[in-house]
Amino acid sequence: MAQQVSAKEPTAEQIKEQKIYSQFGVSDSEYELITSFMGRLPNYTEIGVFSVMWSEHCAYKNSKPLLRRFPVTGPRVLMGPGEGAGIVDIGDNQAVVFKIESHNHPSAVEPYQGAATGVGGIIRDIFSMGARPVALMNSLRFGKLESDRVKYLFEHVVSGIAGYGNCIGIPTVGGEIMFDDSYDGNPLVNAMCVGLIDHDKIQRGVAKGVGNPVFYVGPPTGRDGIHGATFASVELSEESEAKRTAVQVGDPFMEKLVMESCLELIDSGIVLGIQDMGAAGLTCSSAEMASKAGNGLELYLDQVPQREEGMTPYEMMLSESQERMLFVVEPKDEAQAQEIFDRWGVICRKVGKVTDDGRLKLFHHGEVVGDMPVTALVDECPVYDKPSTVPAYYEENAAVDTLRYEEVTDLGGALRSILGSPTVASKAWVYNQYDYMVRTSTAVRPGSDAAVVTIQGTRKGLAMTTDCNGRYVYLDPEVGGRIAVSEAARNIVCSGAEPLAITDNLNFGSPEKPDIFWQMERAVDGMAEACRVLDTPVIGGNVSLYNENASGAIYPTPVVGMVGLIADTDHITTQAFKQEGDAILLLGTTKAELGGSEFQYAVHGVTEGRPPELDLAVERKLLDVVLGAIRGGLVRSAHDLSEGGLAAALAESCISGGIGANVNLSANGLRRDVALFSESQSRIILTAAPDRAEELKAAIAAAGVPVEVIGTVGGDRLRVNLDDVAALDEPVPALKSVWEDAIPCLMK
Amino acid sequence: MKFAVLVFPGSNCDIDCYKAVEESLGEPVDYVWHTATDLSAYDCILVPGGFSYGDYLRCGAISRFAPVMAEVAKAAEQGKFVLGICNGFQILTEAGLLPGALRRNESMKFRCHDTVLKVVNNGTPFTVDYAEGEEIVVPIAHGEGNYYCDEETLEQLKANGQIVFTYSDNPNGSVADIAGVSNIAGNVVGMMPHPERAVNSLLGSEDGKRMFTSILKTWRDRHGAASIR
Repeated sequence: MAQQVSAKEPTAEQIKEQKIYSQFGVSDSEYELITSFMGRLPNYTEIGVFSVMWSEHCAYKNSKPLLRRFPVTGPRVLMGPGEGAGIVDIGDNQAVVFKIESHNHPSAVEPYQGAATGVGGIIRDIFSMGARPVALMNSLRFGKLESDRVKYLFEHVVSGIAGYGNCIGIPTVGGEIMFDDSYDGNPLVNAMCVGLIDHDKIQRGVAKGVGNPVFYVGPPTGRDGIHGATFASVELSEESEAKRTAVQVGDPFMEKLVMESCLELIDSGIVLGIQDMGAAGLTCSSAEMASKAGNGLELYLDQVPQREEGMTPYEMMLSESQERMLFVVEPKDEAQAQEIFDRWGVICRKVGKVTDDGRLKLFHHGEVVGDMPVTALVDECPVYDKPSTVPAYYEENAAVDTLRYEEVTDLGGALRSILGSPTVASKAWVYNQYDYMVRTSTAVRPGSDAAVVTIQGTRKGLAMTTDCNGRYVYLDPEVGGRIAVSEAARNIVCSGAEPLAITDNLNFGSPEKPDIFWQMERAVDGMAEACRVLDTPVIGGNVSLYNENASGAIYPTPVVGMVGLIADTDHITTQAFKQEGDAILLLGTTKAELGGSEFQYAVHGVTEGRPPELDLAVERKLLDVVLGAIRGGLVRSAHDLSEGGLAAALAESCISGGIGANVNLSANGLRRDVALFSESQSRIILTAAPDRAEELKAAIAAAGVPVEVIGTVGGDRLRVNLDDVAALDEPVPALKSVWEDAIPCLMK
Repeated sequence: MKFAVLVFPGSNCDIDCYKAVEESLGEPVDYVWHTATDLSAYDCILVPGGFSYGDYLRCGAISRFAPVMAEVAKAAEQGKFVLGICNGFQILTEAGLLPGALRRNESMKFRCHDTVLKVVNNGTPFTVDYAEGEEIVVPIAHGEGNYYCDEETLEQLKANGQIVFTYSDNPNGSVADIAGVSNIAGNVVGMMPHPERAVNSLLGSEDGKRMFTSILKTWRDRHGAASIR
């Protein structure tokens, strides 16, 4: 029987009688189950450990059945979900490692540190696999950029990301940001990291070899971030502000030293297993490493470096102090490991031992203060199949006619509204605060469809993007899920790369609500289907639930982070129009699809109806033919049509190229505002040299993809005629001002 | 000619400087740890950008006490070439090897983007391959690049030709648009913009490459053809 540690802590009996476990998010039935696994009443430390291991954040107890629906394998997948990050082969003994993770709740109450530690955590996931992190991305959602609170959150989240990424020296190369009332009070901060690794350097978080020592690396453990994982697994409320202590404090300088020393350690070849201490800190890393090896683990808590005196086992086990790692080597290699960390000035201390009894045993002041079965901690958390019902709003939206508003005749005004909407507007205010060039491999900077980093010593590159339009997912989760994956793939292809795989961050409201669980199910189904058709398996990710504010759940926002392979840097393509006289080709079909569009939101102030349709077979054909054309050297620029439709895409290509365009196309019977601003899917604009345009058009048509030459690049105005009648005639510099000034003006 | 790239805890442009020398010049280059006590083997010392010691306290304030800095001072005195970029510039001013100081950007925000620089003095060992008055594109990435010196120092800088680069569009509030300065002898230069990030067209600009070729050219001129490898 484990001893009671502190007089201040409740006894095992009090925990039971006063249901203290419920404060940690443990239900009555879960408590019963824990007691039966333990064969006795758990003490305070033990119930704390169980509660974080059995939180949604660590155990995916509400989302596991859904995650099983994702395709997770493929000929190139070297490691799927389950480890710190997934790994995909890119040839020549190299592989790409990537993962996305959320830090939503911490960022809602303490935006700078919340965002900063989100970045720090995802970087550790990548280098704990043995990979060198080469790029960061982030996907952010905020309320409407009007209130002081939203501006404060936005400004400080961006500073936090910048503060961490810039200091550690990993370029933040891209991402996306959307602003919508739905995220008021519950912003989304999803950070993604991409790394490179040689096949023979891949590490796993396993506590191998009975008797081997377990080492703690990094700064001392403090009382910060206690119960962070639990905090992430409940809804935010007015009391959440008081839970700031659950938010960790980041030190990117320390992480830089930990990263370099750990990569050197891994490079030395002596590591048997290594894992970062992320959510649930020492608890999760030790239990998972023991579980994966089928072993047990003893931790001597007096040896754990501590920031302050008098820390209890409970505090040490639940602290989420940052920049810490756990690793296992053979006893003969201890000195070599120690030497590496000494040289980098990083604390490295032996804190435990691998055992064969399958138990996580905690020692403190010479006594056993915790003794739990590892399998119960890691594998036995109950999984819930939540009830699901179709929400009323979904049914109601079926009847909404998205053309019910009168036709907008000031099309130039509508375009300027959209370009000036913070969601579409230039994000230079944001990314100019990020060092996106350090490591000197950034070939496509933030602001194009996908960012591209080159791979040193090869002609290859990696394209990366994050995407998800929460409005679409809200209006129809299945279609919205399909679109999220497809749009990411389209962005990757437009940059000249072949889509490889995705990591996903499922941001939803409370799964206890049947209509929210329905959103989750449908969105996952849509994404899974798209991943299958587009051959982009899910190699890992993160689930963030309970994202709710006073008026209800956020828009369901399953963010897709996709990475693609550029076979040759000559294929790198951007959205900017390049040269006077180049032909502009429109691929795909424009339909009357305004549901969930930026036009609907910016001009009419609503989000309603059904989102655009998406046929995956059509999408696949489009992607294949465009990638082929780019590789064949026929394409000078490529841009995916998304928020704001054709008009916004043309404007963006003009603005980034600093050149105008003359376009004339048929509205094909559509209303003129619809023809310009519909967000029909599976559409891309390409430009080609005038003498190659016909060849390009023929190649695309031969693949069965609708295509027409709609105009030429040139001049300094964006002129668009619909059925030979002027629809837009705007000076590009004026559009550029609207687009560039929108966010800086709002943030003044 | 042999190059050293210093590595402090928290340096993060060390690898970029190393690559720039290797790819632009093909001359030998070593990483040299902050604890090193002998730089006699090197002809040019590059003090790279990054966040040495986390930039805690004040940028460069802790690094100046690193053992290697005494050797950097010695090398500077011997007339060897010393180039500090970004955090390296901050370290050199803190160490008193260059005049002035770097304060927080006027915007109080980190800024990363291309800048247009004017080559004010093409007579330094680092700028001979540029034309005087030439405009070049070199990126910045810093939060504390706002160059400051008092009036008297500024007059001296002007009189001695110590202003090496100025910004065409001042991004940080620097006095007299200063982007880079040298010591009086001209063999120590510090600059906030990153020439090592502008050494091939894939990165957006090749204009920084000529800083590296300038260094090699000057060194060869001074040491005569005999010592060319």
